[in-house]
Amino acid sequence: MKVALRVNGKTQRLDTEPEMPLLWVLRDQLDMTGTKFGCGAALCGACTVLVNGMPTRSCVMPASSVQGAAVTTIEGLTGREADAVRRAWRELDVVQCGWCQSGQIVAATALLRTNKKPNDTDIDGALDANLCRCGTYQRVRQAVHAAAAILAAGAKS
Amino acid sequence: MNGIHAGQRRLFLKLAGGSVGMLVLGVYLPFGAHAAAGASVKPAAPRPNVFIRIAANDTVTVICKHQDMGQGTVTGLATLVAEELDADWAQMRYEYAPADAKTFGNHLLGVQGVGQSTSMANSWDELRKAGAAARAMLVAAAAQQWGVPVDSVTVSQGRITHAASGRSSGFGPLAQVAAALPVPQQVVLKEPAQFKLIGTQRPHRLDNVAKTSGKEVFGLDVRLPGMRYAVLARPPRFGAVMKSFDASAARKVPRVLDVVATPYGVAVLASNTWSAIQGRAALKIEWDDTAAERRSSPAMAEQFRQLAAQPGTPAGAQGDVAAVLPAAAKRIDADYEFPYLAHVALEPLNATIEFTATGATLHTGCQFQTIDQLSVAQELGLKPEQVRVRTLMAGGSFGRRANPAGDYVRHAAAVAKAAGGKLPVQLVWTRSDDLAGGYYRSMFLHRVSAGLDAGGELVAWDHRIVGHSIGEGTALERYLIKDSVDFTSVEGAAENTYGVSNFRCQLHSPTKTVPVLWWRSVGHAHSAYVVETLIDEAAFVAGRDPLAYRLARLSTQPRLAAVLKLAADKSGWGGALPKGRGRGIAGHASFGGFVAHVAELSVDGSGRIKVERIVCAVDCGLAVNPNVIAAQVEGGVAFALSALLFQAVTFKDGIVEQNNFDAYPMLRLAQMPHVEVHIVPSTEPPSGIGEPVIPTVGPAVANALFSATGQRVRKLPFAAGGFSA
Repeated sequence: MKVALRVNGKTQRLDTEPEMPLLWVLRDQLDMTGTKFGCGAALCGACTVLVNGMPTRSCVMPASSVQGAAVTTIEGLTGREADAVRRAWRELDVVQCGWCQSGQIVAATALLRTNKKPNDTDIDGALDANLCRCGTYQRVRQAVHAAAAILAAGAKS
Repeated sequence: MNGIHAGQRRLFLKLAGGSVGMLVLGVYLPFGAHAAAGASVKPAAPRPNVFIRIAANDTVTVICKHQDMGQGTVTGLATLVAEELDADWAQMRYEYAPADAKTFGNHLLGVQGVGQSTSMANSWDELRKAGAAARAMLVAAAAQQWGVPVDSVTVSQGRITHAASGRSSGFGPLAQVAAALPVPQQVVLKEPAQFKLIGTQRPHRLDNVAKTSGKEVFGLDVRLPGMRYAVLARPPRFGAVMKSFDASAARKVPRVLDVVATPYGVAVLASNTWSAIQGRAALKIEWDDTAAERRSSPAMAEQFRQLAAQPGTPAGAQGDVAAVLPAAAKRIDADYEFPYLAHVALEPLNATIEFTATGATLHTGCQFQTIDQLSVAQELGLKPEQVRVRTLMAGGSFGRRANPAGDYVRHAAAVAKAAGGKLPVQLVWTRSDDLAGGYYRSMFLHRVSAGLDAGGELVAWDHRIVGHSIGEGTALERYLIKDSVDFTSVEGAAENTYGVSNFRCQLHSPTKTVPVLWWRSVGHAHSAYVVETLIDEAAFVAGRDPLAYRLARLSTQPRLAAVLKLAADKSGWGGALPKGRGRGIAGHASFGGFVAHVAELSVDGSGRIKVERIVCAVDCGLAVNPNVIAAQVEGGVAFALSALLFQAVTFKDGIVEQNNFDAYPMLRLAQMPHVEVHIVPSTEPPSGIGEPVIPTVGPAVANALFSATGQRVRKLPFAAGGFSA
């Protein structure tokens, strides 16, 4: 079937299968490989994208069901919160292998857009289902706090 | 790869292709006679042309022969070059080397590849010498251009300066002139006191930006014109063979393009991964299980127990265990059971084969370049030199990508060949393929008896190990197996670390029925658990402090003793703990590194464990990138806890029972303890770090659990014993 998707602000019209998860449309049909495949069953969070601003597991989300919605992937993740998250991530050298990090960064950005000063419990709630095999969790937590601090400093200046 | 050029002893800065307009310091030897395999002798003279490329825009690219699976290798290797070159960190770049064992072989492994935490130890001298030589050539070029004495030219943070005349230049403009100069055969390396980057927090990871922007290209991200996505239906039981298959329903699945049989199973090819997976689900395959492993895990464990009752192949001996053990005043007899483990790198295994005019290109997160090159060549009927290896970033490995059998690249090559040998094919493993596809850390059983004299001193240690051999039947058999003992099965136990005067270690390696492979820290991952929980138990039986009991036996091992003391000191060892909390310690040496962990945990009445705090002391020689080392320690805690608490691959009638992360969990953010890292200052050459940080996490936590509950857990994972997290 023909679907029209709005990905990172751009309308993409393509022929796909209605049940095909958004993940594979992004990766294999649009060649947007920043969104990662890890489990195919919404168990790891590597495929996290934003759908109308909400963190969503694209590996189980049929492409046909997000027609008309705003899909944001790591490649199109911009704005104050995203900038702060990336800066904090780089300052703290969070990444190791990097495969889960698109999902972590998308989820962290979504958290900071709705919660300017998350505490550890908030961070657990937002990111606990984003698995990291390298075990970057300690720095992920530190980086979310650091990003919040960057945003707070920016808001004051 | 640019600049492929006939092998000369002296190589020069060359144009890397007119369109690029980039100057290269270095050309590659051709893929050729040397490429397949063979020993790599560490050349004494600097090889700047092999490892460093300086562009007109001042960027310095380090050619990395060791793959980075997340452990910060490319950052560490670039740090060595930047230090001796006096480059600015911002100008550093990296690029992976092509497959060429003669030029890029690992001097410690004998092939081109990385494992056993050898990248830094291998490259420590090599890349510093290359950097120093390149610096000398740039200085000589500047002196020549400016007509000034060589010793009046200085280099700092990427600028070459002649102070007296006020002249100054970046590296780029001088690179071509430097090219015409001879490579110095002798260089003087910096003393540690002169280091500006090594040992500092200054170098950020080189892959930071690509991996936070979604731009990093991993193996699974390779996209080529006309590429087909494939999944392979492998036999559900190891050792089964295909009898027949019916692809009619699979072929009707939209976007499925082809179904082909290979020696490894039936492949479905489609225009996208998901359609290939749907097509595979529609296949009807009849398997012949005559020769297959059809047992369940309890029967496999029973075989191991029966073997443990019999004497095994000697792997280490001292004194007379048989005489002393029965006469010991006190005895501890214990069986320790470890399950099969999968690596579950988060990037599912994959490889892409692209056919070219002269052969083929393998695109993958390649860890064993020349072995994978050979494997692909064999499958495709090509000579190894006809297979170009494009190494990409790997989304984790933990040992899985370093397979002497080259399984996942072979499968991709076989599918690409069966599909016609023309269009590029990307073979993708789903998570269930990864969990069911083999090459696990073997199941292990350790049966140990320790004897203590009336004073509580250890006088006898009898250690019998049962587990499958990694080396058996592989290309690395000669290297791994000596006197019928695969050292990877007994390492960490056979050394008799605590110097027990009557000691025996024996091994049974039952024939493999499921494929096994190294898993981060290899034998040490299970042997250290046994040694470090049993020594702890002995200390308690003797009524002694577990730290003091260890230290009394480590007088000849100062570096191990030092990390134990440091971890204890920083953790507040001996201090009071709140009720319901326990503290445990463990120390171990592996892969040239010395590591100790102190764990603090709490446990509630229902057996729910929360590991609260981990203090780690590490001596891995001179710390090149302390920040990268700390990251390995932190991440290693999560990796080791995942196995300790949750993970096991089990079989039901020969079929793997775990399909995804719900059944094979890993530690989550909220379960992550606070990790503190203390690095011992050292001037010893750097060893590895990725593997040595694993073995002591489990026993430290197990010892903490004992201190909190009085319970010794001897069967992993903890979840099997009713504990949760």
